[in-house]
Amino acid sequence: MSLALRLEHVSFAYAHGTPVLRDVELEVQRGEFVAIAGPNGGGKTTLLRLVLGLERPTSGRVEVLLHRYGYLPQRAQTGIDAPLTVRELVGVGRVPRTRLFGPLGHGDREAVREAIDRVGLTPQADRRLSTLSGGQQQRAFIAKALAGEPELLALDEPTTGVDIEAQEALAALLVRLRDELGMTILYVSHEFGAVEHFVQRIVLIRERVVFDGAPSALPGVWHDPSHVHA
Amino acid sequence: MLDLEFMRLAFGAGIVVGLLAPAVGFFLVQRRLSLIGDGIGHVAFAGVALGYLLDFPLVLTALVVSVAGALSIEGLRARRRTAGDQALALVFYTGIAGGVVLVSAAGALNVNLFQFLFGSILTVTRSDLFVIASLGAGALALIALLYRPLVAVVVDEEGARVAGLPVAPLNALTAALAAVTIALSMRVVGILLIAALMVLPVIAAARVAWSMRSTIVISMGIGLASVLTGITTAYYADLPPGGTTVLVAAAAVLVTETISVLRG
Ligand SMILES: Nc1ncnc2c1ncn2[C@@H]1O[C@H](COP(=O)(O)OP(=O)(O)OP(=O)(O)O)[C@@H](O)[C@H]1O
Ligand SMILES: [Mg+2]
Repeated sequence: MSLALRLEHVSFAYAHGTPVLRDVELEVQRGEFVAIAGPNGGGKTTLLRLVLGLERPTSGRVEVLLHRYGYLPQRAQTGIDAPLTVRELVGVGRVPRTRLFGPLGHGDREAVREAIDRVGLTPQADRRLSTLSGGQQQRAFIAKALAGEPELLALDEPTTGVDIEAQEALAALLVRLRDELGMTILYVSHEFGAVEHFVQRIVLIRERVVFDGAPSALPGVWHDPSHVHA
Repeated sequence: MLDLEFMRLAFGAGIVVGLLAPAVGFFLVQRRLSLIGDGIGHVAFAGVALGYLLDFPLVLTALVVSVAGALSIEGLRARRRTAGDQALALVFYTGIAGGVVLVSAAGALNVNLFQFLFGSILTVTRSDLFVIASLGAGALALIALLYRPLVAVVVDEEGARVAGLPVAPLNALTAALAAVTIALSMRVVGILLIAALMVLPVIAAARVAWSMRSTIVISMGIGLASVLTGITTAYYADLPPGGTTVLVAAAAVLVTETISVLRG
């Protein structure tokens, strides 16, 4: 295995704020499927943003050796009132794989179709996003994150509002992507549900890394990872 | 009506403006920057005044000054990310104040400012039409060429940044396109009303469209129809074309709203 990303002594505070992350150490190998959990405000989203280069650490170093990122922000569906279809949204996710100029090529349109198919939205592909249910919208955003065939997939609570069946389908899909394409996956969630059986590693964040290991090694007090009381 | 040279020129300019304004306006509306057109319009006024002062072609001075104004609004917005409206206010008022000062300095306060504020069908010259048509076609071609990255920034700016798109240059390009549109539309629709032609057709189209692409195409159709109807009405009723054009566009919003309500 080779290194995918590394955080060294990373601390971070938002402007004029108290530190959100302190001295975080984290190494992730290529092809790892890492679950990230922790209480509300623990710093999970901030950690993803640091990895993706959307924020810079106040001190310490963030090093990412992968190039194409797929990102599903937390609550992605809010704010989308543009009149776009599922296919148009997922097409936007294809951007990292295409030239800047001109329309999508045949292969790109095929990849978009495949990403839509993977999340089971083919029947809704040409409907406006605003006419879909919340869970269907969330799946469309997952397809968008997949469409660019990313090396690093960062999903921030992807299963919010998604039914059990789709959660299981997503978990199986992520494992397949990891196995077939060697994708590195960071998966933030409070309830792991179906995914819990697939991840080899869980990282609990509460300002720092308070646990990093196999889910089975999780101490009893932390068994519900959303309520970490140190 | 079409055997009159000035009407042919007005229609020629109107066709370009009717297609271009909604195409650019679409990206402003989706980014919730609908009012930026108004701000740039005020800056264009300073450009017109500067043209009088320097005795330069007014379309060109308006063009240069509005692009500079638009880029400073975008620059201020990008640096202090939450204060978009304050950046707008600063440039907005500086533009209109600068315009008044420059116009009086040029001793041109008595010129017919009304035609710049609300448009005129009498003032499009041959060289104006040449500038309007060539820059208008160039702007439309640029939008077609960069359609996907422009949409990507509109749909999800952070996602576009993560994907490695040059987000800041694309935003600056959108602002510059808005400024060019405004300077080109000034003669026909007027500085005070051009923003409406960028926004209303898009709002109307979004009510009945079935995708992003169809929204843009329909809004361009509505923009074109509004300008052509507006100019024709202005000719027969001796009214400022900016006013008639924008009233038609506003009516289009009512019509599409009704259609979408009836459809349920
Ligand atoms: N844009 C921001 N500006 C200032 N403070 C912020 C900002 N975003 C988050 N914070 C603060 O940073 C801390 C960590 O937030 P973060 O969003 O990373 O937590 P999280 O673990 O993702 O929580 P959740 O489970 O609720 O999604 C919180 O205390 C929050 O108040
Ligand atoms: Mg979060």
